[in-house]
Amino acid sequence: MGPIRRLARARSALGGGARAGAARLVRVPRRSGRPGADRDRSAAAGWEVVTVDRPPEQVLPDGRWPEPLDQLDGVVEVRVRPAPGDRGTELAARPLDGAAAPAGLAAHLVGDDPGLLVRRTLRQVKQRVEAGEVLRADRSALDRRTARG
Amino acid sequence: MRALCWVAADELAVREVPDPELRNERDVIVRVRRSATSGGDLPLLAGRDPLLRAGDVLGAEFLGEVVEAGPAVRRHRIGDRVVVGASVACGGCWYCRRGRHSCCDNGAPDVASVDPDRWRSDAGSFGRPRAAGGFAGGHAEYVRVPYADVGAFRVPDAVDDDRALFAADAAPTGWLAAELGEVRPGDVVAVWGAGAVGQLTAGAATLRGAARVLVVDRYADRLRMAERHAGAEPLDYRRTDVAAELRERSGGRGPDVCVVAVGVPATRSVAERLAGRDVDRPDAVREAVHACRKDGVVVVVGGAEGNVDTFPLGAVTDKRLAVRGSRRPDLRDVPMLLHRMARDELRTEHLATHRLPLEDGPRGYALFRDRADGCVRAVFTP
Repeated sequence: MGPIRRLARARSALGGGARAGAARLVRVPRRSGRPGADRDRSAAAGWEVVTVDRPPEQVLPDGRWPEPLDQLDGVVEVRVRPAPGDRGTELAARPLDGAAAPAGLAAHLVGDDPGLLVRRTLRQVKQRVEAGEVLRADRSALDRRTARG
Repeated sequence: MRALCWVAADELAVREVPDPELRNERDVIVRVRRSATSGGDLPLLAGRDPLLRAGDVLGAEFLGEVVEAGPAVRRHRIGDRVVVGASVACGGCWYCRRGRHSCCDNGAPDVASVDPDRWRSDAGSFGRPRAAGGFAGGHAEYVRVPYADVGAFRVPDAVDDDRALFAADAAPTGWLAAELGEVRPGDVVAVWGAGAVGQLTAGAATLRGAARVLVVDRYADRLRMAERHAGAEPLDYRRTDVAAELRERSGGRGPDVCVVAVGVPATRSVAERLAGRDVDRPDAVREAVHACRKDGVVVVVGGAEGNVDTFPLGAVTDKRLAVRGSRRPDLRDVPMLLHRMARDELRTEHLATHRLPLEDGPRGYALFRDRADGCVRAVFTP
């Protein structure tokens, strides 16, 4: 097992005026696992993790958090380790205890599951590193032009 | 532009919809020249996917001409005639770098919102619900193709549209089935389903050197096609004891490789739905598991979905079987298949039993769904 690097940056809030005044993160365990195996609701939020098929130095160049993970600076802690079997890098993150929740649109998207924002962010990091871009869905029919230009 | 849209269960319509647009730097826009129905569309047509929305454009198999390209596209130019693989795959993840594009990690947008405990393949698809990570399909005048350098393939001049079209999905799916089955020279291979994928699986098994290929179906015209174009021995399950025939024709051993390419039933009875039976009945899978020789391989391809009842798990363990599956094709085989098409080793145009203008799309799907008038695939021209 390779070395584990913990990269936690604790700040009181997401930072920036738009993020000020946000409510505290509410941890709501997802319903999953075997019957009778309910998670401890007082336990810390779990790690979300992705494996990125690149070495750690490409996932975190110069040890810096890549986009868009850097936007969660202060509200998550990050763990990085080489994946076994030459599979790249295991990149994990979880909300910090006491961190403030995102506000506005981000809060709307996250709902009552802070893990979703972390999971989505990690997936975007993975896409940026492996595919060079974050794949966007087709635009909704509601807001597209109707004639070929 | 005009596109064939799902409206409601068993109801399609050609409608005016917004043009697609470049959304990523690796996208191209393709002006569609041909598109085909496929078995995976039938559950959508029947309204069995709760994520499908009225107005979603169907069509997983298509071919056309590049009319716009994003700034990061390297392999394609405006005017290229391309066939577009049915799996949307990034080309850079662990799976893609090993040729397993159907398992791509980055082929669908926003998979993070999917419950990871039920995580499926993240490869994207055309003509599947947007809410399920799908992209608008090819039954339209234009279509957006993400990761175009990975999923779009220039068609050799020697291959016409009607043949090349099936290099998008049916041919690579059939090739993948034979590969997953590890078909070797001298093998006996049985294929359930004589639709396009079944026929092309049989053809792939023959090309890989199988000694005997048997195809099981009940439609005489499809069985004749499999016999004529894939060199397969037809077995009509309405008139034949399939298990006994397979034993006899494999020297009592059972086929070395059994491939199930029958798709899924398009509808369920009202009684089943009211009883909450949200399961499929895997008759062909069960038959394949029982027929396969010891230590053989059973492959399930195509649109199988959801859960199944009465799966003979005991036979799997008793006979030390390997069971493998794939819903989508890999992309790595498409150039090889186009090359074989150019050399006339692989012919697919006979599968296009009905050629229709896109405006007749609803009728084409009705023919395809009902297997009416000998329909194997309906092919549309915008």
